[in-house]
Amino acid sequence: MYCGIDSGASATKVVIIDEKKNICGYAVTKSGIEFAESAQRCLKSALEAFGGKEEDLKMIFCTGYGRYNVEKCTGRRTEISCHARAASHFKPGKITVVDIGGQDSKVIYLDEEGKRVDFKMNRKCAAGTGAFLEEISAQLGIPLDKMAELAEKATQNLTLGSFCTVFTKTEILTLARQGKKLEDILRAVYDSVAKRIIEMAPLEGNVVITGGVIAHNPIVGHLIEEKTGATIFVPPLPQFAGALGAALFALEYDIGKNIDNDKSDKTEI
Amino acid sequence: MQEKTELKIKKFESTKEMNSLMRDYFVELWEASQTRKEKVAWCTSVGPAEILRSFGFRVYFPENHGAMLGSARLATDLIPRANAIGYSPDICSYLTSDIGAYLAGITPMSKVDERIKGVPRPDVLVYNTNQCRDVQDWFTWYGKEFGVPVLGIHTFRGVGEVTKTHIEGIAKQMEKLAKDLEPIAGKKFDMDALKETVKLSRRCSDLWKEVLDTASHVPSPLTFFDGTILMGPAVVLRGDPRANTFYEHLLEELKSRISSGIAAVDGEKFRLYWEGMPIWGKLRDNATLMMSLRTCVVASTYCNSWIFTAFDPDYPFESMARAYTELFIVRNDAYKEKYIDEMVRFFKVDGIIFHDAKTCPNNSNNRYGMPERYKKEKGIPTLVINGDLNDLRCYSEEQAKTNIEAFIEMLAEKKKS
Repeated sequence: MYCGIDSGASATKVVIIDEKKNICGYAVTKSGIEFAESAQRCLKSALEAFGGKEEDLKMIFCTGYGRYNVEKCTGRRTEISCHARAASHFKPGKITVVDIGGQDSKVIYLDEEGKRVDFKMNRKCAAGTGAFLEEISAQLGIPLDKMAELAEKATQNLTLGSFCTVFTKTEILTLARQGKKLEDILRAVYDSVAKRIIEMAPLEGNVVITGGVIAHNPIVGHLIEEKTGATIFVPPLPQFAGALGAALFALEYDIGKNIDNDKSDKTEI
Repeated sequence: MQEKTELKIKKFESTKEMNSLMRDYFVELWEASQTRKEKVAWCTSVGPAEILRSFGFRVYFPENHGAMLGSARLATDLIPRANAIGYSPDICSYLTSDIGAYLAGITPMSKVDERIKGVPRPDVLVYNTNQCRDVQDWFTWYGKEFGVPVLGIHTFRGVGEVTKTHIEGIAKQMEKLAKDLEPIAGKKFDMDALKETVKLSRRCSDLWKEVLDTASHVPSPLTFFDGTILMGPAVVLRGDPRANTFYEHLLEELKSRISSGIAAVDGEKFRLYWEGMPIWGKLRDNATLMMSLRTCVVASTYCNSWIFTAFDPDYPFESMARAYTELFIVRNDAYKEKYIDEMVRFFKVDGIIFHDAKTCPNNSNNRYGMPERYKKEKGIPTLVINGDLNDLRCYSEEQAKTNIEAFIEMLAEKKKS
C-alpha cells in the first residue's frame, strides 16, 4: 500500500491506496501548528478506517506547506504536482486543474498526456481562498457548512467589488445596512471567490476543481461554470486530491515509473 | 524539519580581494567627506559616473547603499520611517529604506569599517532617470537635506531603436552637466580625463561581460546570486583601475573553475534566467533553495545591466549617451523580448523566472503579459514570483518556494518527455 500526506496550511489529509490505485482509507484533521503531530494523528485515523497497519505502507509521499515538517516520508512533491496528478487520475487528457485551498489557489494546465505545461498560484492574498470564507463565516457568525446552503437560496445577484478581504467585510456591512438578504450577500461572497479564480488564468474546456473549498461549497463550481462556460468536473473526495496525488507519486516511484525523486537530500529519508 | 544536509554556497577566492577593495572605497568616501580634501558626488548606478570621476569627485551610489540595506535585512524595519514622512510603501523600496536609514542614523557601511559613521556628505547629487523617476525624487530629498545642488539627465523611455535624436538629446544634456559641475568641482572640465575614465569603464564593462559569459558553460561556474555580490565594483568603481584588476583575477578564477570542472551548483540539472530585481534579503535562501533543486540561475538582466559595450573613449559624450540609453530598462517590450531570447539561447536556459517586485514597476517586466507572450511564442516555460527588492513585507517565502519547486518539477516532466 502507498500513502500520501497532504500537510496543508489549514488541514492535513491522508490517503492510502493499494497497488491498483484503489483508495483504502482516508482521513482529515486540522493542521494547527504541529504539522508532524497532525500528520501522525491523521495517518493513524486513515489506517484505522480500514484496519490497516503502518508497516504495510511501502512508501509515503508528502505534499503541502508542511511537507518538510513530516519526517516519515520517502519523497516530497509540491501540492501543484499532486493536485494535477490526482485530477489527471480521474479525468485523463487535456484538462485545467483549479485547486482552491485553505490559503492559496492554483490553476494548473495539463496536456493530453497529463503533463503540466503551465501553472499559476494566487498572489499572496486570502481573497479567492478558503481563508476568505472562514473570515466571512466568523464575521457573520454562520458556520462554514451552512454558508453554501444559504447562498444556494439567493434570489438577487449582488456584487462585492474589493480585492481585499478586510475591505470585502466592510462591503458586507454596507449591504447588510442596506437591508439586503443574507442569502444574497452570501452568494456574492462565493461570487467573489469565483471571480478571484477566473482572473488568475483563462479557464476553458474541461476544468477539474479540487481542494477543500469545492468539497464543502459546490456553489463555487456552479459560479465558475456560469461565468466561463467551461465544463466543470469535481472528482470524488476533492479535498483529498493533494494527498491522493502524493500517494500516486509514491506508487509510481516504487514501480520505477516516476524517476524524478532525486531533488538532493529533500526527498530522501 | 528543514533540509537535512546544509548546502554550502561555493565561495570565490577573489571575494577577499573584492571585500578589501569595497572597504577601501567606502573608507575613501567617508574620509573625503570628513576631511573635505576631495569633493563627493552622489550618482545613480547607471548614471554618468564617468563625468564625475573625470573631475576627481569621489562617487557614492545610494542604490548600492539600498542594496546593502536589503541584503543586511535592515531595510524592512527602516522603510516605515520614510513612509511616516510621506513616502508611500508602494514606491521604490531602495528610496524608502535608504531615507529611512538616514533618518535612523544607520548605515551598513559601519559594519564594513568601524571608522565609517554615516553616509558621505555630498557636494552634489547627479541622477539619470534612465531607470525610473524615483531616483530624481530620492536625490531631491537629499539635496534639500544637505543644501547642495541636484543635477540630472532626463532620459527617453520605452525606446525601440536608439536613434541619432536620442543620442544627441542625451549627449547635449551630459555636456551641459559637465559645464554645470565646474563651479562645484572648482575646476575646468578636462576632456582627456573623461576619455581616460571612459576607457577604464569600458575595460571594466568588457571584463564584467566576460565574467558573466562564463555562465554559458555547462555546468555553470557561477550563479546569478554570486553575480549580485560580485558586481559591486562594476557598479561603484567602474572607471577606477582597481575594479579592472579585480575582474581580471575573478575571470582567471572562473576559467580555472571551468577547466577543473567545478560547477557552482553540484549536479546541475536545470538552468534558469532571472528577470527583474534580486530579492536582496533572501539571496542566500534562494541560492540554497536552487542548489537543493540542482538548479543554477545562470544569468539575469539585472547583472547584465552593468555592461556598457557602447563606451568609446574617442567619443565620450556620444558613447555614454548611447550606453546609458540602450540599456534594457530604457527599452520597449519588443526589444526586451528579443534581448531575453538572445540570453536564453546564449546561456542555454530551460526556463525564466520573472520577479514581480512590488515597489519596482520599471524593473518588473511581467506586468504587461511578457511571460505569457514569451512562453507562447518561444515555448520556454516562465514563472512569476511576487516579492520585492528590499521590502520583505511584500514577499511570502512559502509561496515563492512552492512556486519555484513546482516550476522545477514541471521542467523535470518536460525534460523526461
